[in-house]
Amino acid sequence: MSQSVLFDAPGPRTIRRHRVYTVLTLAAIAGAAAFAVYKLAEADQFAAEKWEVFTTPDYIEFILVDGLLETLKMAAGGIAGALVLGLVLGIGKLSDHRIVRVPCWAVVELFRAIPVLILMIFFFSVYGIYHGDTGSFWCVVWALSLYNGAVLAEVFRAGMLAVPTGQAEAAYAVGMRKSQVVSIVLLPQAVKIMIPAIISQFVVTLKDTSLGYAIAAPGLTAVARPIYLEFQNHVPVYIVIAAIYIAVNLILTAIAMFLQKRFVGEKKVLEVSMVGQADQTTV
Amino acid sequence: MDAVLDNYEMIGIAFATTILLFVFAGIGSLLLGGLLVTLRVGPVAVMRRTAATYVILVRNTPLLLILLFFSIAGPKIGINFQFVDIVISTGWGDIRMTNAFAGAVVGLTLYTASFVCEALRSGVNAVPLGQAEAARAIGLPFGGVMSNVVLPQAIRAALPPLASTMIALLKNTTVAISVLVLEAAYALKQLLDDNPGDRWWLLAAFAGIFVVLVEVVSFFSNRLERRWRIAR
Repeated sequence: MSQSVLFDAPGPRTIRRHRVYTVLTLAAIAGAAAFAVYKLAEADQFAAEKWEVFTTPDYIEFILVDGLLETLKMAAGGIAGALVLGLVLGIGKLSDHRIVRVPCWAVVELFRAIPVLILMIFFFSVYGIYHGDTGSFWCVVWALSLYNGAVLAEVFRAGMLAVPTGQAEAAYAVGMRKSQVVSIVLLPQAVKIMIPAIISQFVVTLKDTSLGYAIAAPGLTAVARPIYLEFQNHVPVYIVIAAIYIAVNLILTAIAMFLQKRFVGEKKVLEVSMVGQADQTTV
Repeated sequence: MDAVLDNYEMIGIAFATTILLFVFAGIGSLLLGGLLVTLRVGPVAVMRRTAATYVILVRNTPLLLILLFFSIAGPKIGINFQFVDIVISTGWGDIRMTNAFAGAVVGLTLYTASFVCEALRSGVNAVPLGQAEAARAIGLPFGGVMSNVVLPQAIRAALPPLASTMIALLKNTTVAISVLVLEAAYALKQLLDDNPGDRWWLLAAFAGIFVVLVEVVSFFSNRLERRWRIAR
């Protein structure tokens, strides 16, 4: 473990002291848990009827189909749009021509700086209000596409710059044009490096779909409301919904880590520059 | 254009609330994140695991869910912030910091702290091994190794990811619209409802202000980075 360099192997006195810390931490955790359980029990949130709904097939279907499935659909739509936009902007930022590079850079910086929710609210006022049930769904998808497209543009750019320079040089040496170098040599190798970063971005997108709540979009966060209004189980419903989000995200993260190990190796994580850092290196 | 110019007072108050959310949650999350990372890299296994579990759980929960918990579920089990009721009167109107505001600050703090912890931890990992080994070799205990040698260097290395986290926090303050804090997104929604004809101007104004705020944060982070840089 890399942390162990920070301290020596503990001696007998330190071991005793650490044991005290361990006991204190465990006591604090147990105390916090007991307090939470006490508060929940006091408010009668453990009553069977407040949890029964989560074992009722109709409601499981409601949570999974109207909630999780809609959330996954919005996230998938958002990331699909983001991939297209990110590819265009990412390649545009690496262009040799100022006239292409500068607008792409400006668009990327702009959409990385605007909060997603501001975009969602704006799209909702332009489109969502007039298109009923599916209106807010598409507003969420578009807002997520724009924001994540700007983020993925940086990922694509960093990914292509991470391909060893010899590859591009060799491709130029055998007489390829720049478009060929990018599409035949750089992109296929960069995709391998970028896949984990793209999946991490999918996790971010999945969490951000919940923001659609503000414009009455469907999704996991939205299904909580009808359930707690009917059963008065405000606390259990949020615990269950959070657990579903965490489970889905952990699965996605595990996939990303597996692919990272498989394709890239553990050490090299793609470094993406932050907002406001004007970095205009070209291939 | 008129919708922006006529409502400059409302927009000003809304962004003041946004900035207050950012400042309070920023300070809170830096403190909590600092505590978490100390537990996370420390020698006591139980503390390490507690901090790691907290980070994993909170990072994978949507921020909105945490805010909604404090706004909807919390009051049912006696967690509320009714005792907070501060109103700052300004020439443009009142900035209201009430229970909704306090709940949003707590939610944003808890959420952002997990990202601060990860940013600081990446900084700790970036400090060359020899530094910690040399500090141990001259007999410093864990506290001394951390406070005198590792952390001062780790904070420098963690500055860029920390700045990213703070920029994300600034943008995340808009989520407080869903728990009815009258901040920027809330003002935008109201103004859009009232002035549909001016929507492009409204978007331009709000987006522009956010771009400026983000640039201010990243400007200060760049300044700090340059000032704190040490020659190796």
